[in-house]
Amino acid sequence: MLTIAGLSVRYNDTTALNGLNLTVQRDELFVLLGGSGSGKTTLLRAVAGFIKPTSGRIELNGLDLARLPPHRRPVNTMFQSYALFPHMTVAANIGFGLRRRGRSRADIQDRVDAMLTLVRLQGYGGRRPAQLSGGQQQRVALARSLAPSPSLLLLDEPLSALDEALRRDTRAELVRLRRSLGISFILVTHDQNEALEMADRIGIMREGRIVQVGAPATLYEQPVDRFVAEFLGAANILPCETDGGTVSLPQLGAVVRAARPGPRGPGLLALRAERLRLGGAGLENRIDGHVTETAYAGDMLLVAVQLADGSVLRVKHPLTDGLTDGVPQPGAVVSVGWSAEACILLPR
Amino acid sequence: MNIRGAVIALVAAWMLLLLGAPLAIILAIGLAHSADSVPPYSLGINLDNLSTVATDPYYRDALLRSVRVAGISSMLCLLAGFPMALAIARSRPRRQNALLLAVMLPFWSGFLTRINAWIGLMAEHGLLERMLGLPRLLYTETALYIGITYTYLPFMVLPLYARLTRIDPALAEAAADLGAPPAIVFWRVTLPLALPGVIAGLVLVFIPAVGEYVIPSLLGGPNAELVGVVLWDEFSANRDWPMAAAVALWLLLVLIVIPGGLMRLVRRMPRTLA
Repeated sequence: MLTIAGLSVRYNDTTALNGLNLTVQRDELFVLLGGSGSGKTTLLRAVAGFIKPTSGRIELNGLDLARLPPHRRPVNTMFQSYALFPHMTVAANIGFGLRRRGRSRADIQDRVDAMLTLVRLQGYGGRRPAQLSGGQQQRVALARSLAPSPSLLLLDEPLSALDEALRRDTRAELVRLRRSLGISFILVTHDQNEALEMADRIGIMREGRIVQVGAPATLYEQPVDRFVAEFLGAANILPCETDGGTVSLPQLGAVVRAARPGPRGPGLLALRAERLRLGGAGLENRIDGHVTETAYAGDMLLVAVQLADGSVLRVKHPLTDGLTDGVPQPGAVVSVGWSAEACILLPR
Repeated sequence: MNIRGAVIALVAAWMLLLLGAPLAIILAIGLAHSADSVPPYSLGINLDNLSTVATDPYYRDALLRSVRVAGISSMLCLLAGFPMALAIARSRPRRQNALLLAVMLPFWSGFLTRINAWIGLMAEHGLLERMLGLPRLLYTETALYIGITYTYLPFMVLPLYARLTRIDPALAEAAADLGAPPAIVFWRVTLPLALPGVIAGLVLVFIPAVGEYVIPSLLGGPNAELVGVVLWDEFSANRDWPMAAAVALWLLLVLIVIPGGLMRLVRRMPRTLA
């Protein structure tokens, strides 16, 4: 189990990490999600030992990591650039960490072969990194970081350099590996789909802090604030007032039925685009507006609807029954409906 | 003729005039007979001088001594230059320029001035003796090594620096991450990847150091004559031009064989390194 408490990293006048707290369980695949400059790579580098924290604790299974230099930490990193040693063969790359642990030659050979099989690169041991494709290099990097059996594996944007198909395969492979090897993974990404699909839990980072931690569904369904709601999935945000169970939209003069109304007072109503329906017959909430933009995407209709107060709702209308009413034209008046469950109430 | 052809022709003519022609002249004089005339030789085919250089201990030892001194000086430059190049390559970009400038700064003052400064430092009752209590270094082999290493250090630092800055810093981090302490990171990652720069530096120091004339005559001892000094003596004091040319031809051979062998090493390395 990794425990990070009050971790801060400051350079001259900038704060990269600001009193960050985080616990990652054994066997957990934890994804750090955040924009560039949010501190996610800094956090990874501090855990690996490449950055000296200004203050705070990092403990792995009771071992105080902060006191150890990188080569003494039972932590391995898969680098964003892969950082394969160009002057060594694939086998020597994968065996590098094993040699440092003083394993016997035969032992190393066996482990390297096992790793090559794991990442489906049997027979590639004698090649040099320059002779491999990007996807193969990425798998060598993964094998190299897994070979010494670290207690914790850090992955910095491991999939960013891959094409879509290879990325999907590798994603599945990482999830499979984590289950079979029993290692904790911390994976850094800025790709929210990647995060939602792979993670046991996600931590959303902003300005050197973790804003919210939780299972993908929790974060998506119950974001704590506007930042998280907008960062993870597209959301329409409308100002609202909550008063003892009723939620009103004062600028539209409308009352909304919400499943979880939230605390009394001014707030924000977040509505996911894919939970809005055109027409909206049979749904608890309906509001009228006129169409400003439409796009037909095959499986869904993307429509922008302007409301009476000028705010715009983006709607992803599913076409599960086909295109029944045709594509609405700009200027057409439509109703947009959503269920009480679809309402996410946030503090203003 | 197009412009491209003209440029190539110009370069070819330049090489022919300033490299090919002098070489041919030295070869001709090296094969000539000594004569008491002006110029002091008569052309012909005479291999005596070339074989004398190879067999006579006076010439042979001077050549071997020069190779040894140049070899040791190259290694001294490597030992002093590698940490410098590494430190420069790993400092912040702005600082790198300042440090590189400092490495090249000595070139802005005259070479002889700087060697004379070393004479003052190393002479009897010189600054080194008075401040550090060192014995007189001037006119010893140590002084010779100090002078050559000092003079040619930038030739080692610059190619090494150029090579080291091209190595991805993530490689050293990856090695440390996989459990390698700093010494192993250096030995197994940084040094192997820097080898092309190491060899370039060794060649750049070795070539001028073998034929060095000024430093051994001004700083070196009286007994250990180097090939550059021997060559000059033959040419000017003895007026034996064919012998001087024969010495020069042997020197040239050494300069082709040893650096050439080193350069071949670089070419045999995996392409990712070279």
